[in-house]
Amino acid sequence: MDLAAYVGKQYPPFSVAVDAARIGAFAEAIGDTDPVYRDEAAAKAAGYDGIPAPLTFPFTIALDAGQSFNVLEDMGIDKRSSVHGEQGFVYHRPIYGGDTISGTQKIIDIFEKKGGALIFILTEIDLINQHGDAVCELTSTIVVRRG
Amino acid sequence: MTVTEALKTLEVGDAIPEIVTAPITHDQLARFAAASGDHNPIHLDEAAAKSGGLPGIIAHGMLNMAALGLVLTGWVPQSAVRRFSARFVAMTFPGDTLTLSGTVTGRSAQAGEDLVSLDLIARNQNGETILNGAATIALY
Repeated sequence: MDLAAYVGKQYPPFSVAVDAARIGAFAEAIGDTDPVYRDEAAAKAAGYDGIPAPLTFPFTIALDAGQSFNVLEDMGIDKRSSVHGEQGFVYHRPIYGGDTISGTQKIIDIFEKKGGALIFILTEIDLINQHGDAVCELTSTIVVRRG
Repeated sequence: MTVTEALKTLEVGDAIPEIVTAPITHDQLARFAAASGDHNPIHLDEAAAKSGGLPGIIAHGMLNMAALGLVLTGWVPQSAVRRFSARFVAMTFPGDTLTLSGTVTGRSAQAGEDLVSLDLIARNQNGETILNGAATIALY
């Protein structure tokens, strides 16, 4: 299996509708009590155009789109041998309840550590909203134990 | 002094207000599974967790990261956050609490914004590191 050949691979574009009620449920589950995640009037009073998605909600958009760890399946790697090593977000504009967010995932790097016992796979997903504006970039590091 | 003015005086080494989370509960894991779309049974079912080689049910890593984000949104509006990242160091279990803290590591200007970079850390009730994080916020 030539993993290096996957570097630069881009996966098919996806599109996900963001539900405002789900943002509220997400905020509740993570313990964020700010009314901006539940109440449109409170969100607008705080300067948002709608109910904003919390900081880590873009990962849920990726999950909904089947874009989390799908690269492992593509490479024929057993998901159970992997862990989520790191997660990063770069924010350009808020994502709001009611938005339709589209994106594409690509593999930006693959490298080995510990003499090949661990494989690190870095992926990036760029998200844009229905107006064509960049909203968020996600970078994920997946660590695979080879053995 | 307004909050914004207080932020403008931040210096490298300054700490931001610490947050201690409520204990993680099974009910919370079920609600996070539903809301986040991560339905992996190791977060919901003891037998599934044990058959996966874990000591028991573990919390979602992304729930821990979301909790770490509370140290930012408890301090500045979410709209001020430009970057947020975390490295997953250790697992958490139902009953665990997280202490979330952050320290200023730098100040810079970029695209007309006054930026503050931070190192973040989430520790469990035994002081063990769960997440190492970093963030950049814009002051305005």
